[in-house]
Amino acid sequence: MKTVGILIAGFGGQGVLFAGKCLAYKGLDEGKQLSWLPSYGPEMRGGTANCSVIISDTPVGSPIVSNPDILTAMNLPSLDKYENDTVPGGKIFVDSTLISRKVERTDVDAYYIPATQMAKDLGFPNLANMILLGKMIKESDIVSLDGMREALGHVIPPRKADMLEVNMKAIEAGYNY
Amino acid sequence: MSEKVLMKGNEAIAEAAIRAGCRHYFGYPITPQTEIAAYMAKRMPKIGGCFLQAESEISAINMVYGVAGTGYRVMTSSSSPGISLKGEGISYLAGADLPALIVNVQRGGPGLGGIQPSQADYFQATKGGGHGDFHLIVMAPASVQEMADMTAKCFDLSDKYRVPAMILADGTMGQMMEPVVLPEPVDYCKEKDWAVTGTKGKRKHNIINSLYLKPEELEKINFERFERYKVIEENECLYEEFMMEDAEICVVAFGIASRVSKNAIVAAREQGIKVGMIRPITLWPFPKKPFRAAADKVKAFISVELSMGQMIEDVLLATECRKPVTLCNRSGGMIPSPEQVLEAIKNAAGGNK
Repeated sequence: MKTVGILIAGFGGQGVLFAGKCLAYKGLDEGKQLSWLPSYGPEMRGGTANCSVIISDTPVGSPIVSNPDILTAMNLPSLDKYENDTVPGGKIFVDSTLISRKVERTDVDAYYIPATQMAKDLGFPNLANMILLGKMIKESDIVSLDGMREALGHVIPPRKADMLEVNMKAIEAGYNY
Repeated sequence: MSEKVLMKGNEAIAEAAIRAGCRHYFGYPITPQTEIAAYMAKRMPKIGGCFLQAESEISAINMVYGVAGTGYRVMTSSSSPGISLKGEGISYLAGADLPALIVNVQRGGPGLGGIQPSQADYFQATKGGGHGDFHLIVMAPASVQEMADMTAKCFDLSDKYRVPAMILADGTMGQMMEPVVLPEPVDYCKEKDWAVTGTKGKRKHNIINSLYLKPEELEKINFERFERYKVIEENECLYEEFMMEDAEICVVAFGIASRVSKNAIVAAREQGIKVGMIRPITLWPFPKKPFRAAADKVKAFISVELSMGQMIEDVLLATECRKPVTLCNRSGGMIPSPEQVLEAIKNAAGGNK
């Protein structure tokens, strides 16, 4: 695997930073080099939030992902803003419940997942982020699904063990979509 | 060796400080370094330490001054505008020859500025940071691992030389998470013969002070302090050389700018341009030696900075202006892109006319 730059973007509160953190921990468990950089400006207080995750076999240079290999867009402003920045041959994951338009680029692979609707149907409406994470894991070779439960264990404290299972279910739902 | 964990740079500083034996933290919240205070607030009460959110930055630095006088390890942290407020207290610490750690997770300025990353406090940090003749030991981390390691290092150097130390980071370094191996905890309780700890009637009392009304006396103390600075300059310069062996162009960058520059250098090498980088790790003392050596070999230097060009002056001094030094920069909270740095490298190589 070369160096993969991932940009997860959406509204504040959709869990874009959390999804990125889970991915970063999984990379750590797999012995990869990585960085995780959140947007920390006013945008995370109600506007658009995003996080840059880099997973690599070699030491990470700049932690800023300005041209993502993988873009996950959880709202329309994020797709509008970052679609053109995605590298040719990259992958764009779209929450199709919240974004009605299609990806215009023809030189990238686009995946449409009704993540917000799926999350509602599964009974955990806040976990569209994890459904998208599951799909990202399935369609790319950044990290594997094996051991994901352990990786979540770093992020979710033991006293919230029930949340761990719910998150795991959401990831699996996305993976199998 | 302890295991690798994922931490934000700010949290790594806080945990590393505790492991270095720091049990006193005084601060006032400001983006983008608030995680340091939050971490200390959570941890200090559990380990018998003191976390105190002061009513202002000025108050916090004077609390640091007080504890530093007792010889205990003590720190404060802030971001650019807050560091300016601490300037008076920092000068007093230097004037009283007290060890302490000050962390500046820089944001854009001047004034209240913005909250995005910046390196525009370089002058302030390296040329003193307050009134009077003095220096701080200044270290510039470029990874979360270095945020942790330099915290321990700064405490040690600060103690050794009785000079306040500063970590000059930026918003990116503070906010990003990377794997980090935390330093082993040290049981720090060193007696200091200069500290004010109560004489119990058994010894002559110590005085911590920075007021000397006789100019002859003040001059003597300043001369003596600068003798110590000379020793620091001789022994404590740190830098990293990256692909410098055959380099014809030398990029100079610290902190986040050096991370961005590495991408650009790798890309330039793929295009056949012989370029390398000197990354100053200590900003004061500025590592002049590698620059003198490089000035004989390279065609040009490029100073990459998140400011209007501040370190570039030290590069010019260190190279004695023997080779052209150009600036590649962004300001106000913007970060140069690897593409921008690559363009600057190509220009310096004579590729872009």
